[in-house]
Amino acid sequence: MEQLLLPAIDWLAVLPVGLTSILGLVLLALGLFVDDDETLGWITLIGLAVTAVATACLAGQKSITFNGTFALDAYALFFDLLFLVAGIVVVLMSMTYLEGTGIPSGDYYGLLAFAIAGMIVMASATDLIVVFLGLEIMSISVYVLAGAWRTQLRSNEAAMKYFLLGAFATGFLLYGIALVYGATGAFRLDRIATAVGDTPNRTMLIAGVAMLIIAFGFKVAAVPFHMWTPDVYEGAPTTVTALMAVAVKAAGFAAFVRVFLHGFGGLHADWSMLLWVIAALTMTVGNVLALAQRNVKRMLAYSSIAHAGYILVALVASGAAGGTAALFYLLVYSFMTLGAFGVVAALGSVGEPNETLDDYAGIGFRRPLLGVTMTIFMLSLTGIPPLAGFAGKFYVFTAAIREGYYVLAVIGVLNSAISSAYYVRVLIAMYLTPGAEEHGRVARQPYLLTSIVVSAVMTVVVGVFPALWMQLARFGFLSL
Amino acid sequence: MPGVPLQHVLLVGLVLFALGLYTVLTRRNAIGILMGIELLLNAANVNYVAFARYSGAPTDGQIFAIFVVMLAAAEAAVGLAIVLGIYRNFESIDVDATHALRH
Repeated sequence: MEQLLLPAIDWLAVLPVGLTSILGLVLLALGLFVDDDETLGWITLIGLAVTAVATACLAGQKSITFNGTFALDAYALFFDLLFLVAGIVVVLMSMTYLEGTGIPSGDYYGLLAFAIAGMIVMASATDLIVVFLGLEIMSISVYVLAGAWRTQLRSNEAAMKYFLLGAFATGFLLYGIALVYGATGAFRLDRIATAVGDTPNRTMLIAGVAMLIIAFGFKVAAVPFHMWTPDVYEGAPTTVTALMAVAVKAAGFAAFVRVFLHGFGGLHADWSMLLWVIAALTMTVGNVLALAQRNVKRMLAYSSIAHAGYILVALVASGAAGGTAALFYLLVYSFMTLGAFGVVAALGSVGEPNETLDDYAGIGFRRPLLGVTMTIFMLSLTGIPPLAGFAGKFYVFTAAIREGYYVLAVIGVLNSAISSAYYVRVLIAMYLTPGAEEHGRVARQPYLLTSIVVSAVMTVVVGVFPALWMQLARFGFLSL
Repeated sequence: MPGVPLQHVLLVGLVLFALGLYTVLTRRNAIGILMGIELLLNAANVNYVAFARYSGAPTDGQIFAIFVVMLAAAEAAVGLAIVLGIYRNFESIDVDATHALRH
Protein backbone atom coordinates (compact mmCIF):
# COMPACT_ATOMS: atom_id res chain seq x y z
CA MET A 1 0.00 0.00 0.00
CA GLU A 2 1.27 3.38 -0.92
CA GLN A 3 2.01 5.75 1.95
CA LEU A 4 0.34 9.13 1.83
CA LEU A 5 2.97 11.62 2.93
CA LEU A 6 1.88 15.06 4.01
CA PRO A 7 3.90 17.59 2.05
CA ALA A 8 5.52 20.60 3.68
CA ILE A 9 3.12 23.52 3.44
CA ASP A 10 3.95 27.17 2.99
CA TRP A 11 1.10 28.78 4.89
CA LEU A 12 1.92 32.24 3.55
CA ALA A 13 0.77 31.08 0.12
CA VAL A 14 -2.75 30.49 1.38
CA LEU A 15 -2.94 33.71 3.41
CA PRO A 16 -5.21 35.58 0.93
CA VAL A 17 -7.63 32.70 0.46
CA GLY A 18 -7.55 31.87 4.18
CA LEU A 19 -8.40 35.41 5.25
CA THR A 20 -11.24 35.70 2.73
CA SER A 21 -12.70 32.35 3.79
CA ILE A 22 -12.59 33.33 7.47
CA LEU A 23 -14.25 36.62 6.56
CA GLY A 24 -17.00 34.67 4.81
CA LEU A 25 -17.61 32.44 7.84
CA VAL A 26 -17.61 35.40 10.23
CA LEU A 27 -20.13 37.24 8.06
CA LEU A 28 -22.45 34.24 7.84
CA ALA A 29 -22.42 33.96 11.62
CA LEU A 30 -22.79 37.71 12.24
CA GLY A 31 -25.69 37.82 9.81
CA LEU A 32 -27.72 35.90 12.37
CA PHE A 33 -27.25 38.50 15.10
CA VAL A 34 -26.58 41.82 13.42
CA ASP A 35 -29.59 43.43 11.81
CA ASP A 36 -27.86 46.54 10.57
CA ASP A 37 -26.99 46.10 6.88
CA GLU A 38 -24.58 49.01 6.93
CA THR A 39 -22.50 47.53 9.78
CA LEU A 40 -22.20 44.23 7.93
CA GLY A 41 -21.16 46.12 4.82
CA TRP A 42 -18.45 47.94 6.74
CA ILE A 43 -17.16 44.69 8.25
CA THR A 44 -16.91 43.19 4.76
CA LEU A 45 -15.15 46.30 3.48
CA ILE A 46 -12.62 46.26 6.30
CA GLY A 47 -12.08 42.51 5.98
CA LEU A 48 -11.44 42.72 2.24
CA ALA A 49 -9.21 45.78 2.67
CA VAL A 50 -7.10 44.04 5.33
CA THR A 51 -6.80 40.99 3.07
CA ALA A 52 -5.77 43.22 0.17
CA VAL A 53 -3.07 44.90 2.26
CA ALA A 54 -1.81 41.52 3.51
CA THR A 55 -1.78 40.23 -0.06
CA ALA A 56 0.13 43.26 -1.27
CA CYS A 57 2.72 42.61 1.47
CA LEU A 58 3.39 39.21 -0.06
CA ALA A 59 4.75 40.88 -3.20
CA GLY A 60 8.07 39.45 -4.22
CA GLN A 61 7.40 36.06 -2.59
CA LYS A 62 7.51 33.05 -4.83
CA SER A 63 6.73 29.53 -3.79
CA ILE A 64 4.77 26.51 -4.90
CA THR A 65 3.24 24.55 -2.09
CA PHE A 66 0.76 21.74 -1.33
CA ASN A 67 2.84 19.27 -3.31
CA GLY A 68 3.17 21.56 -6.32
CA THR A 69 -0.53 22.33 -6.68
CA PHE A 70 -0.85 25.86 -5.27
CA ALA A 71 1.38 28.74 -6.31
CA LEU A 72 2.24 32.01 -4.66
CA ASP A 73 3.72 34.12 -7.42
CA ALA A 74 3.30 37.59 -8.90
CA TYR A 75 0.68 36.22 -11.32
CA ALA A 76 -1.50 34.98 -8.47
CA LEU A 77 -0.95 38.17 -6.47
CA PHE A 78 -1.89 40.36 -9.45
CA PHE A 79 -5.21 38.56 -9.78
CA ASP A 80 -5.79 38.31 -6.00
CA LEU A 81 -5.54 42.08 -5.72
CA LEU A 82 -7.77 42.55 -8.76
CA PHE A 83 -10.46 40.32 -7.21
CA LEU A 84 -10.17 41.97 -3.80
CA VAL A 85 -10.36 45.51 -5.19
CA ALA A 86 -13.29 44.53 -7.43
CA GLY A 87 -14.88 42.96 -4.34
CA ILE A 88 -14.43 46.17 -2.36
CA VAL A 89 -16.04 48.22 -5.13
CA VAL A 90 -18.95 45.74 -5.37
CA VAL A 91 -19.46 45.87 -1.57
CA LEU A 92 -19.56 49.69 -1.73
CA MET A 93 -22.22 49.46 -4.45
CA SER A 94 -24.16 46.85 -2.50
CA MET A 95 -24.28 48.95 0.68
CA THR A 96 -26.61 51.31 -1.16
CA TYR A 97 -28.20 48.82 -3.54
CA LEU A 98 -29.35 46.27 -0.97
CA GLU A 99 -31.54 48.82 0.85
CA GLY A 100 -35.16 47.81 0.52
CA THR A 101 -34.50 44.72 -1.55
CA GLY A 102 -34.95 42.34 1.38
CA ILE A 103 -31.75 40.49 0.49
CA PRO A 104 -30.25 39.24 3.79
CA SER A 105 -26.95 41.12 4.15
CA GLY A 106 -25.06 38.54 6.19
CA ASP A 107 -25.67 35.78 3.64
CA TYR A 108 -25.05 38.10 0.72
CA TYR A 109 -21.69 39.43 1.95
CA GLY A 110 -20.66 36.00 3.21
CA LEU A 111 -21.26 34.42 -0.19
CA LEU A 112 -19.44 37.33 -1.82
CA ALA A 113 -16.39 36.58 0.34
CA PHE A 114 -16.58 32.87 -0.51
CA ALA A 115 -16.85 33.67 -4.21
CA ILE A 116 -13.70 35.79 -3.94
CA ALA A 117 -11.95 32.97 -2.04
CA GLY A 118 -12.79 30.63 -4.93
CA MET A 119 -11.41 33.12 -7.45
CA ILE A 120 -8.17 33.41 -5.49
CA VAL A 121 -7.84 29.61 -5.55
CA MET A 122 -8.34 29.66 -9.32
CA ALA A 123 -5.63 32.26 -9.84
CA SER A 124 -3.14 30.30 -7.71
CA ALA A 125 -3.95 26.80 -8.96
CA THR A 126 -1.15 24.94 -10.69
CA ASP A 127 -3.06 21.69 -10.75
CA LEU A 128 -6.26 20.84 -12.58
CA ILE A 129 -7.88 19.48 -9.40
CA VAL A 130 -7.31 22.81 -7.67
CA VAL A 131 -8.53 24.77 -10.72
CA PHE A 132 -11.73 22.73 -10.55
CA LEU A 133 -12.14 23.26 -6.80
CA GLY A 134 -11.62 27.02 -7.09
CA LEU A 135 -14.02 27.23 -10.01
CA GLU A 136 -16.73 25.43 -8.07
CA ILE A 137 -16.26 27.37 -4.83
CA MET A 138 -16.71 30.52 -6.87
CA SER A 139 -19.52 29.26 -9.10
CA ILE A 140 -21.73 27.78 -6.40
CA SER A 141 -21.51 31.02 -4.40
CA VAL A 142 -22.38 33.08 -7.46
CA TYR A 143 -25.32 30.83 -8.42
CA VAL A 144 -26.87 31.68 -5.07
CA LEU A 145 -25.94 35.37 -5.31
CA ALA A 146 -27.62 35.62 -8.73
CA GLY A 147 -30.85 34.45 -7.14
CA ALA A 148 -30.41 36.42 -3.91
CA TRP A 149 -33.31 38.75 -4.65
CA ARG A 150 -35.86 36.01 -4.07
CA THR A 151 -39.01 38.08 -4.55
CA GLN A 152 -37.95 39.18 -8.03
CA LEU A 153 -39.01 36.79 -10.79
CA ARG A 154 -36.11 37.69 -13.00
CA SER A 155 -33.53 37.12 -10.26
CA ASN A 156 -34.94 33.60 -9.77
CA GLU A 157 -34.85 32.92 -13.45
CA ALA A 158 -31.29 34.23 -13.75
CA ALA A 159 -30.15 31.94 -10.93
CA MET A 160 -31.72 28.90 -12.56
CA LYS A 161 -30.27 29.63 -16.01
CA TYR A 162 -26.84 30.37 -14.59
CA PHE A 163 -26.92 27.25 -12.46
CA LEU A 164 -28.03 24.87 -15.22
CA LEU A 165 -25.59 26.22 -17.79
CA GLY A 166 -22.77 26.49 -15.24
CA ALA A 167 -23.24 22.92 -14.04
CA PHE A 168 -23.43 21.77 -17.65
CA ALA A 169 -20.06 23.48 -18.28
CA THR A 170 -18.67 21.75 -15.18
CA GLY A 171 -19.53 18.42 -16.82
CA PHE A 172 -17.40 19.39 -19.81
CA LEU A 173 -14.58 20.61 -17.57
CA LEU A 174 -14.49 17.33 -15.65
CA TYR A 175 -14.67 15.14 -18.73
CA GLY A 176 -11.96 17.24 -20.38
CA ILE A 177 -9.70 16.99 -17.33
CA ALA A 178 -10.30 13.22 -17.30
CA LEU A 179 -9.16 12.91 -20.92
CA VAL A 180 -6.09 15.08 -20.28
CA TYR A 181 -5.32 12.94 -17.23
CA GLY A 182 -5.71 9.80 -19.30
CA ALA A 183 -3.39 11.09 -22.00
CA THR A 184 -0.68 12.59 -19.80
CA GLY A 185 -1.10 10.71 -16.51
CA ALA A 186 -0.99 13.93 -14.50
CA PHE A 187 -3.10 16.74 -13.08
CA ARG A 188 -0.19 19.04 -12.26
CA LEU A 189 0.42 21.64 -14.93
CA ASP A 190 4.22 21.30 -14.89
CA ARG A 191 3.95 17.54 -15.41
CA ILE A 192 1.34 18.00 -18.11
CA ALA A 193 3.62 20.53 -19.83
CA THR A 194 6.45 17.99 -20.04
CA ALA A 195 4.12 15.15 -21.03
CA VAL A 196 2.21 16.83 -23.88
CA GLY A 197 5.18 16.61 -26.24
CA ASP A 198 5.42 12.83 -26.40
CA THR A 199 2.07 11.40 -25.38
CA PRO A 200 0.97 8.28 -27.27
CA ASN A 201 -2.69 9.34 -26.95
CA ARG A 202 -2.63 12.58 -28.91
CA THR A 203 -6.25 12.35 -30.05
CA MET A 204 -7.45 11.93 -26.49
CA LEU A 205 -5.33 14.86 -25.36
CA ILE A 206 -6.68 17.17 -28.06
CA ALA A 207 -10.25 16.10 -27.28
CA GLY A 208 -9.61 16.91 -23.62
CA VAL A 209 -8.15 20.33 -24.46
CA ALA A 210 -11.14 21.09 -26.70
CA MET A 211 -13.51 20.24 -23.84
CA LEU A 212 -11.57 22.51 -21.49
CA ILE A 213 -11.95 25.32 -24.05
CA ILE A 214 -15.72 24.71 -24.02
CA ALA A 215 -15.80 24.78 -20.22
CA PHE A 216 -13.73 27.96 -19.89
CA GLY A 217 -15.67 29.44 -22.82
CA PHE A 218 -18.85 29.12 -20.75
CA LYS A 219 -17.24 30.77 -17.73
CA VAL A 220 -15.81 33.76 -19.58
CA ALA A 221 -18.90 34.02 -21.85
CA ALA A 222 -17.27 33.42 -25.22
CA VAL A 223 -19.39 32.83 -28.34
CA PRO A 224 -20.89 30.22 -29.00
CA PHE A 225 -21.10 29.47 -25.26
CA HIS A 226 -22.59 32.85 -24.34
CA MET A 227 -26.34 32.12 -24.59
CA TRP A 228 -26.85 32.40 -20.84
CA THR A 229 -25.06 35.73 -20.45
CA PRO A 230 -27.66 38.35 -21.43
CA ASP A 231 -30.49 36.76 -19.44
CA VAL A 232 -28.39 36.11 -16.36
CA TYR A 233 -26.72 39.53 -16.37
CA GLU A 234 -30.06 41.27 -16.86
CA GLY A 235 -31.88 39.23 -14.24
CA ALA A 236 -29.34 39.13 -11.42
CA PRO A 237 -29.18 42.03 -8.93
CA THR A 238 -27.05 44.72 -10.60
CA THR A 239 -24.28 44.48 -8.00
CA VAL A 240 -24.02 40.73 -8.59
CA THR A 241 -23.99 41.36 -12.33
CA ALA A 242 -21.03 43.69 -11.82
CA LEU A 243 -19.26 40.95 -9.86
CA MET A 244 -19.99 38.38 -12.57
CA ALA A 245 -18.99 40.62 -15.45
CA VAL A 246 -15.72 41.61 -13.79
CA ALA A 247 -14.38 39.28 -11.13
CA VAL A 248 -15.87 35.97 -12.32
CA LYS A 249 -14.71 36.66 -15.84
CA ALA A 250 -11.24 37.68 -14.64
CA ALA A 251 -11.01 34.49 -12.54
CA GLY A 252 -12.03 32.43 -15.56
CA PHE A 253 -9.29 34.06 -17.59
CA ALA A 254 -6.76 33.70 -14.76
CA ALA A 255 -7.18 29.93 -14.83
CA PHE A 256 -7.59 29.86 -18.62
CA VAL A 257 -4.29 31.68 -19.21
CA ARG A 258 -2.33 29.66 -16.65
CA VAL A 259 -3.63 26.30 -17.87
CA PHE A 260 -3.25 27.04 -21.57
CA LEU A 261 -0.06 29.08 -21.69
CA HIS A 262 1.65 27.05 -18.98
CA GLY A 263 0.22 23.51 -19.11
CA PHE A 264 -0.70 23.29 -22.78
CA GLY A 265 1.93 25.75 -24.04
CA GLY A 266 3.42 22.99 -26.18
CA LEU A 267 0.11 22.57 -28.01
CA HIS A 268 -0.26 26.24 -28.96
CA ALA A 269 -0.36 25.38 -32.66
CA ASP A 270 -3.38 23.14 -32.06
CA TRP A 271 -5.55 25.22 -29.75
CA SER A 272 -4.72 28.65 -31.15
CA MET A 273 -6.65 27.85 -34.36
CA LEU A 274 -9.80 27.05 -32.41
CA LEU A 275 -9.38 30.08 -30.14
CA TRP A 276 -8.80 32.29 -33.19
CA VAL A 277 -12.26 31.41 -34.49
CA ILE A 278 -13.85 31.78 -31.04
CA ALA A 279 -12.18 35.17 -30.51
CA ALA A 280 -13.36 36.51 -33.88
CA LEU A 281 -16.90 35.22 -33.28
CA THR A 282 -17.02 36.51 -29.71
CA MET A 283 -16.04 40.05 -30.69
CA THR A 284 -18.35 40.20 -33.68
CA VAL A 285 -21.46 38.54 -32.25
CA GLY A 286 -21.15 40.43 -28.95
CA ASN A 287 -20.88 43.81 -30.63
CA VAL A 288 -23.50 43.25 -33.33
CA LEU A 289 -26.11 41.95 -30.89
CA ALA A 290 -25.36 44.82 -28.49
CA LEU A 291 -26.44 47.21 -31.25
CA ALA A 292 -30.02 45.90 -31.04
CA GLN A 293 -30.46 46.39 -27.28
CA ARG A 294 -32.62 49.10 -25.74
CA ASN A 295 -31.97 47.92 -22.19
CA VAL A 296 -28.64 49.32 -20.97
CA LYS A 297 -27.98 46.47 -18.52
CA ARG A 298 -28.54 43.93 -21.30
CA MET A 299 -26.43 46.01 -23.68
CA LEU A 300 -23.58 45.93 -21.14
CA ALA A 301 -23.96 42.13 -20.99
CA TYR A 302 -23.35 41.89 -24.74
CA SER A 303 -20.55 44.41 -24.38
CA SER A 304 -18.91 42.16 -21.78
CA ILE A 305 -19.12 39.26 -24.26
CA ALA A 306 -17.38 41.42 -26.86
CA HIS A 307 -14.63 42.36 -24.40
CA ALA A 308 -14.03 38.68 -23.61
CA GLY A 309 -13.31 38.44 -27.34
CA TYR A 310 -10.59 41.10 -27.15
CA ILE A 311 -8.93 39.25 -24.27
CA LEU A 312 -9.10 36.00 -26.27
CA VAL A 313 -7.20 37.81 -29.06
CA ALA A 314 -4.38 38.37 -26.56
CA LEU A 315 -4.57 34.71 -25.56
CA VAL A 316 -4.29 33.61 -29.20
CA ALA A 317 -1.29 35.88 -29.68
CA SER A 318 0.25 34.20 -26.64
CA GLY A 319 3.88 34.80 -25.70
CA ALA A 320 5.05 37.47 -23.27
CA ALA A 321 3.35 40.28 -25.22
CA GLY A 322 0.00 38.50 -25.47
CA GLY A 323 -0.05 37.29 -21.88
CA THR A 324 0.87 40.71 -20.53
CA ALA A 325 -1.76 42.37 -22.71
CA ALA A 326 -4.41 39.94 -21.44
CA LEU A 327 -3.63 40.76 -17.81
CA PHE A 328 -3.53 44.49 -18.49
CA TYR A 329 -6.79 44.36 -20.41
CA LEU A 330 -8.51 42.55 -17.54
CA LEU A 331 -7.36 45.29 -15.15
CA VAL A 332 -8.63 48.04 -17.45
CA TYR A 333 -11.87 46.25 -18.28
CA SER A 334 -12.61 45.67 -14.60
CA PHE A 335 -12.73 49.33 -13.61
CA MET A 336 -14.70 50.61 -16.58
CA THR A 337 -17.25 47.80 -16.34
CA LEU A 338 -17.65 48.07 -12.56
CA GLY A 339 -18.29 51.77 -13.01
CA ALA A 340 -20.81 51.30 -15.81
CA PHE A 341 -22.82 48.79 -13.79
CA GLY A 342 -22.53 51.14 -10.81
CA VAL A 343 -24.26 53.86 -12.81
CA VAL A 344 -26.98 51.38 -13.85
CA ALA A 345 -27.46 50.53 -10.17
CA ALA A 346 -27.54 54.22 -9.19
CA LEU A 347 -30.33 55.04 -11.65
CA GLY A 348 -32.51 52.14 -10.58
CA SER A 349 -34.49 51.78 -7.40
CA VAL A 350 -36.51 48.99 -5.82
CA GLY A 351 -39.45 48.28 -8.10
CA GLU A 352 -38.18 50.66 -10.78
CA PRO A 353 -35.12 49.31 -12.54
CA ASN A 354 -34.93 52.28 -14.98
CA GLU A 355 -32.67 50.37 -17.33
CA THR A 356 -33.87 51.29 -20.81
CA LEU A 357 -32.37 54.03 -22.94
CA ASP A 358 -35.58 56.05 -22.52
CA ASP A 359 -34.99 56.11 -18.78
CA TYR A 360 -31.56 57.62 -19.43
CA ALA A 361 -32.99 60.62 -21.29
CA GLY A 362 -31.71 63.85 -19.85
CA ILE A 363 -29.83 62.12 -17.03
CA GLY A 364 -26.67 64.02 -17.96
CA PHE A 365 -28.22 67.27 -16.69
CA ARG A 366 -30.39 65.90 -13.90
CA ARG A 367 -27.61 63.81 -12.33
CA PRO A 368 -24.41 65.54 -13.53
CA LEU A 369 -22.03 63.26 -11.58
CA LEU A 370 -23.56 60.12 -13.09
CA GLY A 371 -23.57 61.76 -16.52
CA VAL A 372 -19.87 62.66 -16.42
CA THR A 373 -18.73 59.30 -15.03
CA MET A 374 -20.93 57.31 -17.43
CA THR A 375 -19.40 59.34 -20.27
CA ILE A 376 -15.94 58.32 -19.06
CA PHE A 377 -16.93 54.64 -18.90
CA MET A 378 -18.65 54.57 -22.29
CA LEU A 379 -15.77 56.37 -24.04
CA SER A 380 -13.27 54.09 -22.32
CA LEU A 381 -15.21 50.97 -23.33
CA THR A 382 -15.21 52.29 -26.91
CA GLY A 383 -11.46 52.78 -26.71
CA ILE A 384 -11.06 56.55 -26.97
CA PRO A 385 -7.67 57.90 -25.81
CA PRO A 386 -6.52 58.93 -23.23
CA LEU A 387 -8.85 56.60 -21.28
CA ALA A 388 -7.84 53.17 -20.07
CA GLY A 389 -9.84 51.24 -22.68
CA PHE A 390 -7.67 52.67 -25.43
CA ALA A 391 -4.43 51.56 -23.77
CA GLY A 392 -5.86 48.07 -23.22
CA LYS A 393 -6.92 47.64 -26.84
CA PHE A 394 -3.67 49.15 -28.07
CA TYR A 395 -1.56 46.54 -26.24
CA VAL A 396 -3.86 43.65 -27.25
CA PHE A 397 -3.82 44.49 -30.95
CA THR A 398 -0.07 45.28 -30.90
CA ALA A 399 0.56 41.83 -29.43
CA ALA A 400 -1.63 40.22 -32.11
CA ILE A 401 0.21 42.05 -34.89
CA ARG A 402 3.63 41.23 -33.42
CA GLU A 403 2.77 37.52 -33.49
CA GLY A 404 1.48 37.74 -37.06
CA TYR A 405 -2.27 37.58 -36.44
CA TYR A 406 -3.04 40.51 -38.76
CA VAL A 407 -6.56 39.43 -39.74
CA LEU A 408 -7.59 38.97 -36.12
CA ALA A 409 -6.23 42.43 -35.25
CA VAL A 410 -8.18 43.97 -38.14
CA ILE A 411 -11.38 42.20 -37.04
CA GLY A 412 -10.78 43.57 -33.56
CA VAL A 413 -10.30 47.16 -34.73
CA LEU A 414 -13.41 46.97 -36.94
CA ASN A 415 -15.34 45.67 -33.95
CA SER A 416 -14.16 48.60 -31.87
CA ALA A 417 -15.66 50.87 -34.50
CA ILE A 418 -18.98 48.98 -34.41
CA SER A 419 -19.04 49.17 -30.63
CA SER A 420 -18.79 52.97 -30.64
CA ALA A 421 -22.33 53.07 -32.11
CA TYR A 422 -24.04 51.59 -29.08
CA TYR A 423 -21.81 53.18 -26.46
CA VAL A 424 -22.33 56.63 -27.95
CA ARG A 425 -26.10 56.00 -28.07
CA VAL A 426 -26.08 56.01 -24.27
CA LEU A 427 -24.36 59.40 -24.31
CA ILE A 428 -26.88 60.73 -26.82
CA ALA A 429 -29.71 59.55 -24.58
CA MET A 430 -28.13 61.17 -21.54
CA TYR A 431 -27.30 64.57 -23.04
CA LEU A 432 -29.21 65.15 -26.27
CA THR A 433 -32.60 63.57 -25.54
CA PRO A 434 -34.96 65.70 -23.50
CA GLY A 435 -36.03 63.79 -20.42
CA ALA A 436 -39.06 63.95 -18.21
CA GLU A 437 -38.97 66.27 -15.22
CA GLU A 438 -37.68 64.77 -12.02
CA HIS A 439 -40.40 63.35 -9.82
CA GLY A 440 -39.57 63.55 -6.16
CA ARG A 441 -36.19 63.71 -4.55
CA VAL A 442 -33.22 61.57 -5.54
CA ALA A 443 -32.24 59.14 -2.78
CA ARG A 444 -28.86 59.67 -1.13
CA GLN A 445 -26.40 57.07 -2.37
CA PRO A 446 -23.07 57.91 -0.72
CA TYR A 447 -21.47 54.45 -0.96
CA LEU A 448 -22.64 53.76 -4.49
CA LEU A 449 -21.40 57.14 -5.72
CA THR A 450 -18.04 56.53 -4.03
CA SER A 451 -17.65 53.26 -5.90
CA ILE A 452 -18.51 54.94 -9.20
CA VAL A 453 -16.06 57.80 -8.62
CA VAL A 454 -13.29 55.35 -7.64
CA SER A 455 -13.87 53.38 -10.84
CA ALA A 456 -13.88 56.55 -12.93
CA VAL A 457 -10.67 57.83 -11.36
CA MET A 458 -8.96 54.48 -11.94
CA THR A 459 -10.17 54.40 -15.55
CA VAL A 460 -8.60 57.79 -16.16
CA VAL A 461 -5.40 57.13 -14.17
CA VAL A 462 -4.69 53.78 -15.86
CA GLY A 463 -5.38 55.40 -19.22
CA VAL A 464 -3.10 58.39 -18.68
CA PHE A 465 -0.27 56.45 -17.01
CA PRO A 466 -0.47 52.99 -18.55
CA ALA A 467 3.27 52.22 -18.22
CA LEU A 468 3.25 51.53 -14.48
CA TRP A 469 0.22 49.22 -14.68
CA MET A 470 1.60 47.52 -17.76
CA GLN A 471 4.77 46.88 -15.76
CA LEU A 472 2.69 45.19 -13.04
CA ALA A 473 0.94 43.03 -15.64
CA ARG A 474 4.27 42.07 -17.22
CA PHE A 475 5.69 41.25 -13.81
CA GLY A 476 2.70 39.05 -13.13
CA PHE A 477 2.76 37.20 -16.40
CA LEU A 478 6.51 36.60 -16.44
CA SER A 479 6.33 34.93 -13.01
CA LEU A 480 4.32 32.04 -14.51
CA MET B 1 -3.73 -6.93 -13.77
CA PRO B 2 -7.51 -6.53 -13.98
CA GLY B 3 -9.38 -8.49 -16.58
CA VAL B 4 -11.46 -5.69 -18.13
CA PRO B 5 -9.56 -3.73 -20.77
CA LEU B 6 -9.33 0.06 -20.31
CA GLN B 7 -11.14 0.72 -23.60
CA HIS B 8 -14.29 -1.00 -22.36
CA VAL B 9 -14.47 1.14 -19.24
CA LEU B 10 -13.86 4.29 -21.26
CA LEU B 11 -16.67 3.28 -23.59
CA VAL B 12 -19.04 3.07 -20.62
CA GLY B 13 -17.91 6.56 -19.62
CA LEU B 14 -18.47 7.86 -23.14
CA VAL B 15 -21.95 6.32 -23.36
CA LEU B 16 -22.86 7.84 -19.98
CA PHE B 17 -21.58 11.24 -21.16
CA ALA B 18 -23.60 10.99 -24.38
CA LEU B 19 -26.74 10.04 -22.44
CA GLY B 20 -26.19 12.94 -20.05
CA LEU B 21 -25.69 15.35 -22.94
CA TYR B 22 -28.86 14.06 -24.61
CA THR B 23 -30.83 14.46 -21.38
CA VAL B 24 -29.62 18.02 -20.79
CA LEU B 25 -30.39 19.09 -24.35
CA THR B 26 -33.84 17.49 -24.67
CA ARG B 27 -35.44 17.79 -21.21
CA ARG B 28 -37.47 20.91 -20.44
CA ASN B 29 -37.95 20.01 -16.79
CA ALA B 30 -35.30 21.60 -14.54
CA ILE B 31 -34.97 18.49 -12.38
CA GLY B 32 -34.59 16.37 -15.51
CA ILE B 33 -31.76 18.62 -16.70
CA LEU B 34 -30.16 18.36 -13.26
CA MET B 35 -30.25 14.57 -13.56
CA GLY B 36 -28.59 14.79 -16.96
CA ILE B 37 -25.84 16.93 -15.42
CA GLU B 38 -25.30 14.28 -12.73
CA LEU B 39 -24.81 11.76 -15.53
CA LEU B 40 -22.15 14.00 -17.09
CA LEU B 41 -20.30 14.22 -13.76
CA ASN B 42 -20.47 10.46 -13.23
CA ALA B 43 -19.27 9.79 -16.77
CA ALA B 44 -16.15 11.79 -15.92
CA ASN B 45 -15.87 9.92 -12.63
CA VAL B 46 -15.86 6.54 -14.36
CA ASN B 47 -12.98 7.83 -16.45
CA TYR B 48 -11.01 9.07 -13.44
CA VAL B 49 -11.25 5.77 -11.67
CA ALA B 50 -10.46 3.80 -14.83
CA PHE B 51 -7.41 5.91 -15.69
CA ALA B 52 -6.24 5.77 -12.09
CA ARG B 53 -6.44 1.95 -12.18
CA TYR B 54 -4.32 1.77 -15.32
CA SER B 55 -1.83 4.57 -14.69
CA GLY B 56 1.29 4.79 -12.59
CA ALA B 57 -0.10 7.19 -9.99
CA PRO B 58 -3.39 5.67 -8.84
CA THR B 59 -4.18 8.00 -5.93
CA ASP B 60 -4.52 11.18 -8.02
CA GLY B 61 -7.48 10.01 -10.07
CA GLN B 62 -9.25 8.42 -7.14
CA ILE B 63 -8.91 11.55 -5.03
CA PHE B 64 -10.35 13.60 -7.87
CA ALA B 65 -13.30 11.19 -8.09
CA ILE B 66 -14.06 11.81 -4.42
CA PHE B 67 -13.94 15.58 -4.98
CA VAL B 68 -16.39 15.20 -7.86
CA VAL B 69 -18.83 13.20 -5.71
CA MET B 70 -18.61 15.95 -3.07
CA LEU B 71 -19.23 18.64 -5.67
CA ALA B 72 -22.21 16.75 -7.11
CA ALA B 73 -23.79 16.79 -3.64
CA ALA B 74 -23.13 20.51 -3.14
CA GLU B 75 -24.43 21.33 -6.59
CA ALA B 76 -27.57 19.27 -6.11
CA ALA B 77 -28.27 21.07 -2.83
CA VAL B 78 -27.92 24.52 -4.36
CA GLY B 79 -29.66 23.48 -7.58
CA LEU B 80 -32.72 22.05 -5.85
CA ALA B 81 -32.99 25.16 -3.67
CA ILE B 82 -32.96 27.35 -6.78
CA VAL B 83 -35.54 25.13 -8.49
CA LEU B 84 -37.73 25.34 -5.37
CA GLY B 85 -37.52 29.13 -5.56
CA ILE B 86 -38.55 28.96 -9.21
CA TYR B 87 -41.51 26.73 -8.35
CA ARG B 88 -42.71 29.16 -5.67
CA ASN B 89 -42.63 32.09 -8.08
CA PHE B 90 -43.68 30.51 -11.36
CA GLU B 91 -45.65 27.43 -10.14
CA SER B 92 -43.77 25.35 -12.70
CA ILE B 93 -40.27 23.98 -13.13
CA ASP B 94 -40.45 23.85 -16.92
CA VAL B 95 -37.51 25.95 -18.14
CA ASP B 96 -39.66 27.34 -20.96
CA ALA B 97 -42.38 28.50 -18.56
CA THR B 98 -40.07 31.00 -16.86
CA HIS B 99 -40.04 34.03 -19.07
CA ALA B 100 -39.53 37.10 -16.94
CA LEU B 101 -36.55 37.81 -19.19
CA ARG B 102 -36.47 38.34 -22.92
CA HIS B 103 -35.19 35.38 -24.90
